[in-house]
Amino acid sequence: MNYLIGAFKPACNISITFADGKNRKQISIEPVLGKKVEHNGVKIELLGQIEMYFDRGNFYDFTSLVRELDVPGEIYERKTYPFEFSTVEMPYETYNGVNVRLRYVLKVTVSRGYGGSVVEYQDFVVRNYTPPPSINNSIKMEVGIEDCLHIEFEYNKSKYHLKDVIIGKIYFLLVRIKIKNMDLEIRRRESTGSGANTHVETETLAKFELMDGAPVRGESIPIRLFLSPYELTPTHRNINNKFSVKYYLNLVLVDEEDRRYFKQQEITIYRLQENS
Amino acid sequence: MMLSGDEDEEKWLAEGIAGVQHNAFYMHRALDSNNLREALKYSAQMLSELRTSKLSPHKYYELYMRAFDELRKLEMFFKDESRHGVSIIDLYELVQHAGNILPRLYLLCTVGSVYIKSKEAPAKEVLKDLVEMCRGVQHPIRGLFLRSYLAQVSRDKLPDIGSEYERDAETVMDAVEFVLQNFTEMNKLWVRMQHQGPGRVREKREKERNELRDLVGKNLHVLSQIEGVDLEMYKENVLPRVLEQVVNCKDELAQYYLMDCIIQVFPDEYHLQTLETLLGACPQLQPTVDIKTVLSRLMDRLSNYAVSSADVLPEFLQVEAFAKLSNAIGKVIDAQVDMPIVGAISLYVSLLTFTLRVHPDRLDYVDQVLGACVKKLSSAPKLEDSRATKQVVALLSAPLDKYNDILTALTLSNYPRVMDHLDDGTNKVMAMVIIQSIMKNSTCISTAEKVEVLFELIKGLIKDLDGAAQDELDEEDFKEEQNSVARLIHMLYNDDSEEMLKIICTVRKHIMTGGPKRLLFTVPPLVFSALRLVRQLQNQDGDVAGEEEPATPKKIFQLLNQTIETLLYVPSPEMALRLYLQCAEAANDCDLEPVAYEFFTQAFMLYEEEIADSKAQVTAIHLIIGTLQRISVFGIENRDTLTHKATGYSARLLKKPDQCRAVYACSHLFWVDDQDGIKDGERVLLCLKRALRIANAAQQMANVARGSSGPVVLFVEILNKYLYFFEKGNTQITASAIQSLIELITSEMQSESTTLDPADNAFFASTKRYIEFQKKKGGAMGEKYDPINV
Repeated sequence: MNYLIGAFKPACNISITFADGKNRKQISIEPVLGKKVEHNGVKIELLGQIEMYFDRGNFYDFTSLVRELDVPGEIYERKTYPFEFSTVEMPYETYNGVNVRLRYVLKVTVSRGYGGSVVEYQDFVVRNYTPPPSINNSIKMEVGIEDCLHIEFEYNKSKYHLKDVIIGKIYFLLVRIKIKNMDLEIRRRESTGSGANTHVETETLAKFELMDGAPVRGESIPIRLFLSPYELTPTHRNINNKFSVKYYLNLVLVDEEDRRYFKQQEITIYRLQENS
Repeated sequence: MMLSGDEDEEKWLAEGIAGVQHNAFYMHRALDSNNLREALKYSAQMLSELRTSKLSPHKYYELYMRAFDELRKLEMFFKDESRHGVSIIDLYELVQHAGNILPRLYLLCTVGSVYIKSKEAPAKEVLKDLVEMCRGVQHPIRGLFLRSYLAQVSRDKLPDIGSEYERDAETVMDAVEFVLQNFTEMNKLWVRMQHQGPGRVREKREKERNELRDLVGKNLHVLSQIEGVDLEMYKENVLPRVLEQVVNCKDELAQYYLMDCIIQVFPDEYHLQTLETLLGACPQLQPTVDIKTVLSRLMDRLSNYAVSSADVLPEFLQVEAFAKLSNAIGKVIDAQVDMPIVGAISLYVSLLTFTLRVHPDRLDYVDQVLGACVKKLSSAPKLEDSRATKQVVALLSAPLDKYNDILTALTLSNYPRVMDHLDDGTNKVMAMVIIQSIMKNSTCISTAEKVEVLFELIKGLIKDLDGAAQDELDEEDFKEEQNSVARLIHMLYNDDSEEMLKIICTVRKHIMTGGPKRLLFTVPPLVFSALRLVRQLQNQDGDVAGEEEPATPKKIFQLLNQTIETLLYVPSPEMALRLYLQCAEAANDCDLEPVAYEFFTQAFMLYEEEIADSKAQVTAIHLIIGTLQRISVFGIENRDTLTHKATGYSARLLKKPDQCRAVYACSHLFWVDDQDGIKDGERVLLCLKRALRIANAAQQMANVARGSSGPVVLFVEILNKYLYFFEKGNTQITASAIQSLIELITSEMQSESTTLDPADNAFFASTKRYIEFQKKKGGAMGEKYDPINV
């Protein structure tokens, strides 16, 4: 145990910059007040981690790359190290959920024999764009309760990008209950873990009123829901066998006695290249 | 404590208004600081107050108007991009992020109106989107108000012809399409109100719906205002679509209101050209719809239109308006089996009014309407419903009013058949109307045939109809009616004597059926009418003498004799007597001595046998004397018989004064002041002397019976007769006789037992003054009077 760790200020300041964001990434190390810094080597790591909140402090690194920047020696003055991780595979998007976090981080370590190593982290966000899907069928379905309510609904697509608009309609084939209103909800289902340890968390992100009052047979009610106001992420399916994030459209009809009738349909959310 | 419904509602309304004001305040603040996000937030909250279900339409309207005013300010803000920095297209999306549908759609409509104004998108696209999105509100009241808001903000932005939003020829159709769709949806919501909501009482719901109807009707008004809706488009597109909605909604209230709306808002010319379509919808409406009012209004409008300008009349003919209307009415009546008879009749009344105004020359149309009415009426027994009878009266009066001429009505074969269906009371009323019409217009009915029809029409007045309750008759009404009939008889006239005789015979035939009570009123005018004919014949005497002339005075007199005879069964001998005397006088003018004699005989027989009342006798004898005096046709023998009789009866009157007066009146029978009149001075004197004797006797009787002598007035009267004959040159009347009579009167007047009547005194005094005057005047007459001293 080194009792001195933390008793002093770190021996040096480390800053990480993505100079022009593309290839001139560098770090600089600056000793405090002209003192020299002895070290056993300087390295930088790129880590992709999945962190489960209920499994505290346990990271799963799905990506880990290391670059040695310096051999053991001494640093007397500000010293800059350019670095580059080229062709890194970053298959997953950064995600901040209820029970899980997926992050990318750069970790700089100045190893020292005594006095502890100096470590600096820098998070960065990864977004993965998806081209428009080649097949994007509409969702069309007829549901109902016998002799009570029959509706047919249609959403124009099954896959929506984050700024997309859901267009559709609900057609009433039979109405024998007194409907008060009808909402369309966007729900996010985040499931973490696997097997017996699976945790599922569902959030309602949007509650959008589609209809006010009771329709009669033959009415068709339009749907137009803009997704942009809501904080959605792309759908994540079985990320590194650790977690999934799925989205559902939930059509809810409420009758005058506040009974709810609903039908949930999964939709896929993807990130579309902004200028594509 | 429970609040009553109204108080509750007041409270809720107050809360709603407070909510609107509160949020409007923050909205204004946001607008002032050009803060779009805040403005949208508070406007949406403000509009959320309109989500209430607790208010009745009336109260909801109040709340809506508050929000409406605020939205105008928001619209101003939206218009000015420099204030919020968001393009209109983005704004159109932005407002759709609102989670609640009602605020969302209000905002969308508001932005939409700005969007159209900006012309960044074709008006039709925006309108189509708005009207489609509004489907989301299915609650009737909220939906109606939302769509009415949409109609309101879009009204001046329709891509109409000549509008700045017009892009090409097609866009008028888009405007129409938009309004029609909004109309259809609004109507559906409106109709749905009837079947939804809590189980409140039906009446209340209907009342509430009625309050909302103008929101729906407004759409039709907007349609009618669109310039591009020309006849062609109206015919091919607008009307069929509107009617389809009206028919299909199967709602009584809506169908009635909307049909009326269509009729009121679109031009008459359109109606005329689309009559078939419009009328075709009528039988398809619900059986309970008050279709008669609808059709009546249509016909009213069309007839006003027809009257407005002569140019449009050919159009009516071209589209066969009458046939179509008539046909439609028939179909409606057939379709609505439950329609009360009054409804059917009032439809016919409207149709008739239409016909009279549009085709006044087509009597066959009028008759056709009446015929249809008869058909409908004959399917039921006599009319019981008083409103229905009123309508029938209106139906029958209409042609009279229009043509101002009963003759026209008489040519309508169905006219009397309609009248047959009236109850007796109404029948009489109608008959009176007919008579009054004749009187008012002084229509002369000049053929026997027409008279026949006319009397057939007014038979309710002429005779007792079957089962008429006699005792119900009001005496005054009856007199009024019969007087009218009497007046009517004078209106039946023809210059041609032959025809006139026929008329008289016809009238006679009819009035003879009237029973005793009516004869009293109807016989005299008939008699006088006949006497007029007699005089007419007498004037044209010359040229008809040789021919086989059916209308001879003789014949007429025979007829009259029989007619007057009927009065004996009334009985009304006084009236008969008068008429006999009239006839006698007429016969005298015609030089028909035997006829005149016959009439006199009849008169005397009546006097002897039927007139028992002494007062009546006095009147009768004076009449007889008067008439007899004027008649010159009698030979001496006949005349003697009659004058003898007359004087005899005079002397046998009951009261002495009456006797006296009758007798001195008889003196005239012997002195006719004509060139070749009889002048029998002696018998005149005899009469006067006899009168004096009777006056004396009267005086004495009064003395004995009452202790005072009777009035001297009889003497004064006799004195006047003396003076008359004296002046006329009757030599039997001498100055000395007059002198002694004056003295007699003077002494009588001074006698103490005489009760002096100032009037008698004055009478005597002025008689004396007259004598003085004649004396002073001088000349032959003065000389004659000279010997008399007053």
